[in-house]
Amino acid sequence: MTRKYELVYIVSPEATDEHVAELHTQIEGIVQRMGGQIEKTENWGRRKLAYEIGRHKEGTYVLEVILGSGDLMKEIDRRLKVDDTVIRQLTVRIDEALEVIERTKARRSATSRRRRVARGLPEDRQPGEGQRNDADDDRDDRFDMGGM
Amino acid sequence: MDGRKSFGPKKGGRGGAAAGKDGQRRPMFRRRKVCKFCSDKIDDINYKDTRLLLPFVPERAKILPRRISGTCALHQRKLRVALMRARQLALIPYTSE
Repeated sequence: MTRKYELVYIVSPEATDEHVAELHTQIEGIVQRMGGQIEKTENWGRRKLAYEIGRHKEGTYVLEVILGSGDLMKEIDRRLKVDDTVIRQLTVRIDEALEVIERTKARRSATSRRRRVARGLPEDRQPGEGQRNDADDDRDDRFDMGGM
Repeated sequence: MDGRKSFGPKKGGRGGAAAGKDGQRRPMFRRRKVCKFCSDKIDDINYKDTRLLLPFVPERAKILPRRISGTCALHQRKLRVALMRARQLALIPYTSE
């Protein structure tokens, strides 16, 4: 059963770049060993943490999108837990969520097309067609939502 | 059912902004709140998108209630999940002292 997961882990700021790279290759190794595939890797670099995690105020964030089984993720999770330079990690399954997003998008564009055709307009919006100026009025950010 | 009805629509009423009691002169106009995610057509409420989430986390770092932000129920649920994930990753605080 192949699923898509998103893994974000935070490496302690003391760790060197080489160490981060090594962690990545380790994960890659596990993924390959267990018949998965890394779709994408993103290093967000060093970021300030919103709160202290065990005396750390900063951390290096790394994001990996992995195709694989639940057992694979479990193994990676275990591996990261063992490593004490990894101060936080989060695995999220995203294949189903992505599907839902896709479907809503498709449904929305289908509806708009249908309506446009019913109104005798071409299916897609033409450039310079200005019917969407309600946005500036409906915006509800006057409340104290704190730092926009 | 009956009990619910007696409360009247909470924010459904379009022009029905409380006309005030007898004492008040000016009717209080309250703009109808619209769900940001519906109106902006944001399908993906992602925990990594701090720029999107931050407006829903006021000073005290609590999640802004629907009653204030006007977010619809569906999107508030999604927003909550995203915020909680973002909190785990220290992208957003749990509290602020």
